[in-house]
Amino acid sequence: MSDITASSFVRQDLVSERPAPIKTSGLVGLLRTRLLNSPTNILLTIVGLLLLWFTIIPSVRFLVVDAVWTGSDRGACLTENAGFAVGACWPYIQAKLPQLIYGFYPEAERWRVDLALILAAALLLPLLIPRLPAKGLNAGLFFLAFPAVAFFLLHGGGITGFGLSWTAGLLELFDDSIVSAGQVVLGLSGTSAIAPLLWLIGHLITLLGVAIHWLIFPLTWLRDQIQQTGQPVWVDLVLTAAFVSLTGFVLGGGMRGGGRALGSSIATFVAVAIIIKLMGLDHGGLPIVATNLWGGLLVTLVVSVTGIVTSLPIGIALALGRRASIPLIRIFSIAFIEFWRGVPLITVLFFATYMLPLFLPGNFSVDGLVRALIGIALFTGAYQAENVRGGLAAIPRGQSEAAAALGLSWWKTTALIVLPQALRHVIPNLVNSFISLFKDTSLVSIVALFDLLGSLRASFSDPKWATPSTAFTGFAFAGIIYFLFCFGMSRYSLFVERRLNAHRRN
Amino acid sequence: MSTEARKPPLQIALKIRRLLGGKAGWNGVAVQFAFAAVLGWVAYEIISNARANLEKQHIAAGFGFLANNAGFDVNQTLISYTGSDTFLRVFVVGLLNTLVVSVVGIVFSTLIGFVVALCRLSPNWLVSRVGEIYVEIIRNLPLLFQILFWYLAVLAALPNPRQSISLLGIAFISNRGLVIPQPIGQAGLEPFVAALVFGIVAALSLRIYARRALFLRGQLIRIWPYVLGLLIGLPLVTMAVFGLPFTVELPQLKGFNFAGGARIIPEFVALTLALSTYTAAFVAEIVRAGILSVHTGQMEAGASLGLSRGNTLRLIVVPQAMRVIVPPLTNQYLNLTKNSSLAVAIGYPDLVSVWAGTSLSQTGQAIEIIAMTMGVYLLISLFTSALMSIYGWRLSRSLGA
Repeated sequence: MSDITASSFVRQDLVSERPAPIKTSGLVGLLRTRLLNSPTNILLTIVGLLLLWFTIIPSVRFLVVDAVWTGSDRGACLTENAGFAVGACWPYIQAKLPQLIYGFYPEAERWRVDLALILAAALLLPLLIPRLPAKGLNAGLFFLAFPAVAFFLLHGGGITGFGLSWTAGLLELFDDSIVSAGQVVLGLSGTSAIAPLLWLIGHLITLLGVAIHWLIFPLTWLRDQIQQTGQPVWVDLVLTAAFVSLTGFVLGGGMRGGGRALGSSIATFVAVAIIIKLMGLDHGGLPIVATNLWGGLLVTLVVSVTGIVTSLPIGIALALGRRASIPLIRIFSIAFIEFWRGVPLITVLFFATYMLPLFLPGNFSVDGLVRALIGIALFTGAYQAENVRGGLAAIPRGQSEAAAALGLSWWKTTALIVLPQALRHVIPNLVNSFISLFKDTSLVSIVALFDLLGSLRASFSDPKWATPSTAFTGFAFAGIIYFLFCFGMSRYSLFVERRLNAHRRN
Repeated sequence: MSTEARKPPLQIALKIRRLLGGKAGWNGVAVQFAFAAVLGWVAYEIISNARANLEKQHIAAGFGFLANNAGFDVNQTLISYTGSDTFLRVFVVGLLNTLVVSVVGIVFSTLIGFVVALCRLSPNWLVSRVGEIYVEIIRNLPLLFQILFWYLAVLAALPNPRQSISLLGIAFISNRGLVIPQPIGQAGLEPFVAALVFGIVAALSLRIYARRALFLRGQLIRIWPYVLGLLIGLPLVTMAVFGLPFTVELPQLKGFNFAGGARIIPEFVALTLALSTYTAAFVAEIVRAGILSVHTGQMEAGASLGLSRGNTLRLIVVPQAMRVIVPPLTNQYLNLTKNSSLAVAIGYPDLVSVWAGTSLSQTGQAIEIIAMTMGVYLLISLFTSALMSIYGWRLSRSLGA
């Protein structure tokens, strides 16, 4: 065996290194592959740079470099006083900031707004972070308890009764309406051709009204007794608590399994009692701040949060109705959804402002903000219904068939099996609807409510701050606020979408 | 011993039960009766309250007011209108204004949207980022905010007509609006239009004939020279025979304002700008999603069949992308039409502004006026969704074949 290295075909020296491949990562790589790799691309890059140059540079100059930061009135923001071409006039925003956030909410009461906002944030943030526990309790607090608390916190005022009194009052109104309908039909029977039929129907309706009157008589009697006691709120609360807890106990399975329902019901009512005591609702509550004093970001947030909270149940009900097999309910749901989806929101707001008061009894005046809220809830509810329907359609039939095989009723199948899965599917769509709802709240400024945009527009007409750059400064400020909220929500919806589709990622 | 098969249950009774009560049977019928009673009660309450309230305000219900004199002016009218015309004419004027701003907005939003979509799809990193920034900023700001921004900030900051900004010397933009050249019809207009219409119809039928020939007999007919002749040659010939169809009147600055040309009110400019840039962002996303939805394998398959790149795009990629693009795009056009109602915020005389705004406050006929306004938008959206279902039906037919 000769030495291998001595063979003539074995290479004696190392081959010189090949040059490194062209770098395709990092900044240089990006330049090479995505920006400057062909003449057309070089041209496009130059065009893009020019575009940025003519948009970003002037914006930054306007917002930061040429801006005026301090001053007490328009004088500080005029070119002849400042000595240079003035950009943004930030002292104007400083001066108008309270108006842009609170509107004309009385200065001494503004802590209530702050407290409500902090409460909302404290309840909403844990709801949005998927890893945190107790989602059910959290959602209950945010969607049920918070709106009530926020109402008494922001609007003020107290209550004179509780569940029993309210139920009695509502039933009485209903009964009155039925009796008066009967009277109207009887009145018609004198002139009409089908008089005997109308006479019969009228008497039947009146009879029904009288029957309901006697049926609810114990309730109204109890209400009157409660109102005569010194502490109507507390007596009513205790009675309502006892009634609801007992019903829960019996329905929950009596001695065998009703303890849980009883416990949660009592806990809820104790919490309600604590809130009533804390806010002093039984003797007048906080001083009332009428809604025409509300404004700015406060109204924007109130309208959007109320819209979000109320539109979801409406949407779920309509979506279930649209899928129901009972003809009348299905037709009604389809007509309702298509009607609200077919008209622009602004006509809905006009409807709520001008037409709704005509539809209500004359002695029943509805606040301007509440009218807009009703319109927005109906409008958004129809859109949410279509979102939820998409989720319901995505649940395979097997799920409800399996539930039927287990002997669950329709309600239990829907509430325990179908809806939870369907809603999880459509969270991104729901969040997207909420983004457009948040943007659409700016429309209430057209029906004389001063939301953020309305307050901004009102502040333009203040002669104290009238400068050439006032409008641009105001729009820059409001734009940043709107952008932060909407962009944040859209990123969150992307995050949820990615989480839900984790199994599909490769 | 033989057991007879049991008779099947009476189908007719089951069918009636199913028809009346759905899956829930007679329970469903009961639920329906209760629901109908509640609906009837609500309707009764609404009607009786409305009647009582109207009586209290001394307003006569009904559409009689449509024949009354309106008595107010509208600052942009497509048909002749004066203050002494009826409310019905105000309605038509508002409706036409809504339609014209929607159509112009749709054209511009489609153009801008396709450009932005191409930017976002561009292999150039910078250009695609610019497209993305545009889409993100526009989509995350309320439309009303953008309309007010254009109207109160940008257009108000423009100089007055004397110092107005000239666009290539033929159009001028100032804080009083946009002044553009106005075509004025001459004697040759009618034959010219007739020739143009004839050319378009003939070109379309030629195309149909050529496609038939291709699909049925495999015969390739070259039609583009004839189409070119019909669309350009024929109108040119009529122009040579009958004279110019129209002359263009250029705006001239005279004193404090412009003479000649057509003035477009600033509200229209602001509304069109805001609507088209806003909708363009959504259109761009739809177009981008549609083009990305076509698998890259389709392009490669086309190339392996020997088709040129242009033919692959035209015959394979675009038809498949259009299938995804058209339904949401129509939806966006519908949204734009509905969003044009925001004109009321800046006083552009659209349907909501002159009809549900001015006319409502003049007459107080809230129910009739708002019902008519909502009805118009509802009709537009029902019409569009009918068109879309026809499109979907044709699509599923062509896919099934």
